[in-house]
Amino acid sequence: MIDITVPADRATVAPSKSILTVDARTRQRHAAEARFRLMGKIAVAISVLALVGLLTSILSNGLSSFRQTYITLNVYLDPAKLDKQGNRDPEAVAKVTTFSYAPLIEKALTDAMVAKGIAIEGLNAKGASELISKEAPANLRRYVLSDPSVIGETVSFDLLASGRIDGYYKGRVTMESAELDRNISPEQLMLADELKQAGILTTKFNWDFFTAPDSSDTRPEASGLGVAILGSAYMMLIVLVLSLPLGVAASIYLEEFAPQNRFTDLIEVNIANLAAVPSIVFGILGLAVFINFVGLPQSAPIVGGLVLTLMTLPTIIIATRAALKAVPPSIRDAALGVGASKMQSVFHHVLPLAMPGILTGTIIGLAQALGETAPLLLIGMVAFVREYPAGPPEGFFDPASALPVQVYNWTQRGDPAFVERASGAIIVLLVFLVAMNLIAIILRRRFERRW
Amino acid sequence: MNNMSATTTTMTMKAAAMNQSKVSARGVQVYYGDKHAIKDVAIEIHPRSVTAFIGPSGCGKSTFLRCINRMNDTISSCRVEGHIAIDGEDIYDPKVDPVQLRAKVGMVFQKPNPFPKSIYENVAYGPRIHGLASRKSELDDIVASALQKAGLWNEVKDRLDAPGTGLSGGQQQRLCIARAVAVSPEVILMDEPCSALDPIATAKVEELIHELRENFTIVIVTHSMQQAARVSQRTAMFHLGNLVEVDDTDKIFTNPDDQRTQDYIMGRFG
Repeated sequence: MIDITVPADRATVAPSKSILTVDARTRQRHAAEARFRLMGKIAVAISVLALVGLLTSILSNGLSSFRQTYITLNVYLDPAKLDKQGNRDPEAVAKVTTFSYAPLIEKALTDAMVAKGIAIEGLNAKGASELISKEAPANLRRYVLSDPSVIGETVSFDLLASGRIDGYYKGRVTMESAELDRNISPEQLMLADELKQAGILTTKFNWDFFTAPDSSDTRPEASGLGVAILGSAYMMLIVLVLSLPLGVAASIYLEEFAPQNRFTDLIEVNIANLAAVPSIVFGILGLAVFINFVGLPQSAPIVGGLVLTLMTLPTIIIATRAALKAVPPSIRDAALGVGASKMQSVFHHVLPLAMPGILTGTIIGLAQALGETAPLLLIGMVAFVREYPAGPPEGFFDPASALPVQVYNWTQRGDPAFVERASGAIIVLLVFLVAMNLIAIILRRRFERRW
Repeated sequence: MNNMSATTTTMTMKAAAMNQSKVSARGVQVYYGDKHAIKDVAIEIHPRSVTAFIGPSGCGKSTFLRCINRMNDTISSCRVEGHIAIDGEDIYDPKVDPVQLRAKVGMVFQKPNPFPKSIYENVAYGPRIHGLASRKSELDDIVASALQKAGLWNEVKDRLDAPGTGLSGGQQQRLCIARAVAVSPEVILMDEPCSALDPIATAKVEELIHELRENFTIVIVTHSMQQAARVSQRTAMFHLGNLVEVDDTDKIFTNPDDQRTQDYIMGRFG
């Protein structure tokens, strides 16, 4: 029992204030809160503006790369040029180079112009054929080689328009700029307009952007992300397969089994620091250890995957340990109390409850690795790769590119068409990242359980 | 029992010990790092009866309780000295596997802590890891009988697949008791099992403890003097890590030997 004695004269000393009037001190506190709220709103507004600006610039530059200009022609695959022996022997057909295909396309274009009655003053057949990408004969040859029996037939073929023509329809090239450009002339642009009216020149969805390999500086229209997407996918596979079990096993051991002593403290501090190490340092490590010491091939997804695994491990370990820590100790007690061993309590009860956190951490680690560029530059993944890597696992050792490196690579090129390609690649990369984050959210929702 | 070198002397000692006490502790000291939490505690716990541990917060009653099934092993800074025997077998003997010990000495915790699984899985987990059932039907029987013993069967028999965490607090605690009972322990330790429950749920759990006494040796830590008086046959009073006195509950509550017990029961401290 506590007796509280109220001074009898208190009421007369300090008269009770009305709550209907706000005193100065309260006003000050409200003003401080209002100032803080305003600052918060400004901060949010600035970040949103920055994000919107970034997205708008990327989308406005990059969206056009998903559409591409094609010239559809009926090409007569002349046996006299493509198969002189006439027996459709694949080996003999393979000996015919790309140069022999160019005249066929040129002839097909001339025929089409004659048929539609299109003629541009001051533009010869060769000038007209420059509307078509230099990559087109190679694509045509590949098509014939895949099925030599088409030789002798007339095939309707979508031929890539040259980068300048493509740029003309995307607003990058104008009649004025064509005057000064030695790669394109106003006459050629006029021909392109005529062809478009005749329905020969069309703009379609650019599937090749996702499947084609990179191309040389002079053929931006043919460049695609195929090798980069494949390389990135291989690396993500390696990162997932290596870092998830390693990271989860390490965290479970550190969190649940390891004794608390100096040594484990040291490991803990190092893991936390490792997460903050600049990624280029991991690149140097990869170059020194995996390429120079172990002798793994340069530019290969295996090396990139190993380096990114090292980078992702701390992220996964930290996320997993946080998830394990968040499981209430009462669950462990409950399991131990009925006689479960330490390992049973962890694997039957703690781990399932920590699963959403572990998966989210892993996917965020993977997303980080997917966007990582610097370490890949050091291990040679910036190389110009036109050959697709083989299927896994041999393909892990073949040269490949990666999405962020491809972006970096394209921004270095001279032709403005590559700026559009780079922005398009960024969009693809962002879509992958958003998709991975969505998966993380979905998994979290699905695995989340109350306790 | 697989110890073939057990001599006749120890066998007789064991038999003698069984007659008077199920759990016997002598000179138990517990340290948390530098802190001396339990000081030289000696106590005999009688079989098939309820022993209540009472005392103010921080007096070490829960710590001592957790020594009996070696739950303190999980705390790395905790060190236990002395001798605690169950049926004359020292549980801190290096040969003793704490996992096996905990099958023999079950535990119910302060906060109901069912696994986030179905009611059935909660009860079946213990028997399953100890291999107590070879067939599904046997396991079903064990689960049903454990739930019956815990007085929960009629309330949950139609929804064994429902999550255990969806039950009310009192039901959850009885589910935890069923989970402990399912492994057929000999001793059940209860660490303030009713502190998170309302009076009605508390009454049900107390009634249950009363019934379980017929088959199990029960040790219960409680903050409620009335509860100790209602459910226990013997009461042990702890204070500042010391065992002040242990005697029949009637005697403790009517005529304690120690002034501190008297004061605590009268509500003068704690």
